[in-house]
Amino acid sequence: MLTKRIIPCLDVKEGRVVKGIQFVQLRDAGDPVELARFYDEQGADELVFLDISASHEGRKTMVDVVQAVAAELAIPFTVGGGIHTLDDMKKLLRAGADKVSLNTAAVNRPELITEGAEFFGAQCMVVAVDAKYDQDCGTWVVYTHGGRVKTEWKVLEWVKEAVRRGAGEILLTSMDCDGEKKGFDIALTKAVSTAVTVPVIASGGAGGASHFSDIFLEGKADAALAASIFHYKETSVAEVKAYIKDKGVYVR
Amino acid sequence: MIAIIDYGMGNLFSVSKALERLGEPYLITNKKDEILLADGVIVPGVGAISDAMRLLNETGIADVLRDYAASGKPILGICLGMQLLFEASEENGGCRGLGLLPGTVVKIPGVTTQGEMYKVPHMGWNLLQLRRQSAILKDVEEGFAYFVHSYYVTTETDEIILADSLYDVCVPAVVGKNNVFGTQFHPEKSSMTGMKILENFTVLVSEGVSVK
Repeated sequence: MLTKRIIPCLDVKEGRVVKGIQFVQLRDAGDPVELARFYDEQGADELVFLDISASHEGRKTMVDVVQAVAAELAIPFTVGGGIHTLDDMKKLLRAGADKVSLNTAAVNRPELITEGAEFFGAQCMVVAVDAKYDQDCGTWVVYTHGGRVKTEWKVLEWVKEAVRRGAGEILLTSMDCDGEKKGFDIALTKAVSTAVTVPVIASGGAGGASHFSDIFLEGKADAALAASIFHYKETSVAEVKAYIKDKGVYVR
Repeated sequence: MIAIIDYGMGNLFSVSKALERLGEPYLITNKKDEILLADGVIVPGVGAISDAMRLLNETGIADVLRDYAASGKPILGICLGMQLLFEASEENGGCRGLGLLPGTVVKIPGVTTQGEMYKVPHMGWNLLQLRRQSAILKDVEEGFAYFVHSYYVTTETDEIILADSLYDVCVPAVVGKNNVFGTQFHPEKSSMTGMKILENFTVLVSEGVSVK
């Protein structure tokens, strides 16, 4: 049986780790390699690096960051942000990333998922989905461009399409819960996790250890991702694991 | 010196960095003479087995690996690299493998015999259950390993299964016969447990074990 995974997420801008609260405020929280080692030692099951550099130079720096992290780490990690072409994917995967995560680019051109899956295998292809509940539609809708642009896609339709095209995993962020620290979006995560045949990583809203057991036991998530609560040491990966293990969640 | 086979598929960087951490010299190569001269060979790989076999056949590396295995020097296949060691695969309509180990590669069903659906790929950390003693598992304690795959090996030759993991089906996780070894998981991504297995392989390599 697979363990449920705890995944710290590191937002990287120009080579430094930062974290956006509701995608806006930014605070500097350290060196990517240092943090990667720290989380590995704490029992993190995987890491996600999200490149939020705006500049071309910043994105080139990300390849160096990936290489430095890969040299250090004996657990898998995913890189996302600013990936638009097969060539972008090649650079990051050859630098040592295990998976790449596509967001806006996949919505703009879904063929990109297939191209990546055919070249590297579906296991390398993560599709990140920013989801927000829409009253008019009565369901969740996909947003792109870091949550700034609303698309025509309903989340449950888009994730099925993404998997059909070769996505090996879905990284699902609830924009409604992100930054609120009141817990993950259980309804959204459960709906997506039961709609697709690939693993789903729940993201957005983690504020404490009980939120993790909730999202695994009720939300049917395969993995849960969090950033600030780990970076600012409000809790630790080890603490979360001890707590959820006690609640009956199978962890490493 | 370990030769990491570069046939165009696989995360060569992670494996090579893991060997660096162990202080083990290596080269990444697709050249016949370099491969045959190496003290040990690692066959990495991700992606589709049919593509991998096509590349190995086109480049002639398939025959080089068969010769290498016959020489008795240690060879380790990782993930898809392990699946390549077997006789055949049913992936994408079927293809033949290197035939160094007895068995066939088949798809993880994705549905239990009771009709309950579960997720494929088998992606994440699963418990290694140690089944048999082997130099490759020396001092390895029962622990978790990181798997990412949609196909798994079935074999009637049970004695080659050194460790396995349960994911609805029984997934052979570490296989071995004489000098030919494979891990279905990624040892280079499996924290302490994985690094210990890689270290054991480097010991086999440095001892020049020829068990054929």
